[in-house]
Amino acid sequence: MDTESTYSEYSHYSGRSRGSHRPGERNKERHKSRSKDSRSEKSVTIKAPPAEPLLGDESTHGEEVQDDNWGETTTAVTGTSEHSISQEDIVRITKDMEDSVGLDCKRYLGLTVAAVLGLLVFLTPIAFLILPHVLWPDKLKSCGTACEGLFISVAFKLLILLLGAWALFFRTPRADMPRVFVFRALLLVLVLLFVVSYWLFYGVRILDSQDENYQGIVQYAVSLVDALLFIHYLAIVLLELRQLQPTFSLKVIRSTDGEAGFYNLGHLSIQRAALVILENYYRDFPVHNPALLTAAKSRAAKHMAGLKVYNVDGPGNNATSQSRAMIAAAARRRDSSHNELYYEEADHDRRVRKRKARLVVAVEEAFTHIKRMQEEDQKKAPGEVMDPREAAQAIFPSMARALQKYLRTTRQQHCHSMESIQQHLAFCITNNMTPKAFLESYLNPGPTLQYNKDRWLARHWTLVSEEAVTSGLKDGSIFVLKCVDFSLVVTTRKIPFIKLSEEFIDPKSHKFVLRLQSETSV
Amino acid sequence: MSYIPGQPVTAVVQRIEIHKLRHGDNLILGFSIGGGIDQDPGQNPYSEDKTDKGIYVTRVSEGGPAEVAGLMIGDKIMQVNGWDMTMVTHDQARKRLTKKNEDIVRLLVTRKSLENAVRHSMLQ
Repeated sequence: MDTESTYSEYSHYSGRSRGSHRPGERNKERHKSRSKDSRSEKSVTIKAPPAEPLLGDESTHGEEVQDDNWGETTTAVTGTSEHSISQEDIVRITKDMEDSVGLDCKRYLGLTVAAVLGLLVFLTPIAFLILPHVLWPDKLKSCGTACEGLFISVAFKLLILLLGAWALFFRTPRADMPRVFVFRALLLVLVLLFVVSYWLFYGVRILDSQDENYQGIVQYAVSLVDALLFIHYLAIVLLELRQLQPTFSLKVIRSTDGEAGFYNLGHLSIQRAALVILENYYRDFPVHNPALLTAAKSRAAKHMAGLKVYNVDGPGNNATSQSRAMIAAAARRRDSSHNELYYEEADHDRRVRKRKARLVVAVEEAFTHIKRMQEEDQKKAPGEVMDPREAAQAIFPSMARALQKYLRTTRQQHCHSMESIQQHLAFCITNNMTPKAFLESYLNPGPTLQYNKDRWLARHWTLVSEEAVTSGLKDGSIFVLKCVDFSLVVTTRKIPFIKLSEEFIDPKSHKFVLRLQSETSV
Repeated sequence: MSYIPGQPVTAVVQRIEIHKLRHGDNLILGFSIGGGIDQDPGQNPYSEDKTDKGIYVTRVSEGGPAEVAGLMIGDKIMQVNGWDMTMVTHDQARKRLTKKNEDIVRLLVTRKSLENAVRHSMLQ
């Protein structure tokens, strides 16, 4: 593993003086290439056996890293990175299993209540119209033409209401929120109150007194449907339109590696803003790669290591004074860790660029081995016709080693299994993509969405906030979205009030003169 | 030599009398001028205030009448034969200096060293 070789370089550096840096480097290069060659002899596999993801989700002992398909056995496993990933896998699996049961019950309960309510509300006007005919048909005055015209209007308005409600409300819920959605609850209460008051009025003034003016009853039903349409309009404005105008600018920082993103949102409650941010997180932020994070801690540990506190003045073990003494000593200590960081980063960049160059060349060569079959070729060589998957398997071995080494150098090897790489290759071949397009998903660590579902790494997020999560966003509100591996810290700033004024420039006013500087002799 | 709009311009000046020399068909004075209200004042290397649009002496030819009379490079010409030169165009300045019927031009010029000398003598 390259982490191994990186640390071995440190031992070279620390022992030697600066002057011998160059020959040391050359020795290292030769040593590395030699070890690579010895490893490479074991690596050739032409036949692609059925691949499994490098870190199996289903295996509960996630520690055995099956690397056979790549043909190389990893020489040593640095304890921290691999083990911690597998333990997080287990935690995640158990959490997912717990949450999925609870989630569905709550979700479906809310949905059914709302559906029943909606049905009742929808049938109310129809009930208003039908009940007089059922209860006192003989006393009813006949309905004139205007009244019958109102029937048509009721019917169409109910249809429009149905379509509008279907468009606005009948959508698969995209998330489960910690608290109730305030506006939706308010609207439900409003609709309920409204319909209840209409029923009360109807029951008292019409049913009890058995009013025979049927036209009045029909107009009453029409007014109910009109009011329902207006409530639907209110729902659109409150739920959809109000947050469209951007008022706040939110900065989202990932706690582990400092990746930041900015989003403009309107007036939203904290939980809705968190939902929007998470949906954009999966698209905008590069995937969280724990393998890249271990270097900083080890550097700091090395700096502080080797300092011991001896208490000369006698007993009185004051812990804070000890730690302060250590901090002061560490700060004063003339260390070369910044040197190490600089050279390590320069070295890493060089290595990555070299591996990338080899990879690009290998892939370009591999892509020249196959070409799309034309109609005329069909008669020439019928035996060798392949479908995309077979073509991918045919050219994969020539680029496998270069790709694997590149992924190892950039510490992405756990994100891509051999099966996924071959699938991607088949996909690129089918769609006539160039080698550069094929490599795009390996050269840049893309957003979390493009990886397999098991790499999404979190679907259960915890919202940590000092203010109530149903309260609106304010300038300076801060909240944290935590998942198992990392957290996203979100800060809010209000977009300033912009004063825009106009200035009219007459197009004829664009005139120029030469800058004269003449000198005359007299 | 700073210029406050609306206020009279005061300067310590030196009188210089140049006798024109006949050179073929022309009468020459032996120096070159630059500046003027139609020129760009920022490019004047001799002015202290880069918005000064006065007439400056940019070159004095060796052994010419101007050098003999004591004109120095970098001088600002304030008056020529009584005509003001602080607010003239470049061409007007040239014309005032090269009138064919005049043999002698009497200039009033100012330079920084004159002011310093006056101040020095006042302090003593």
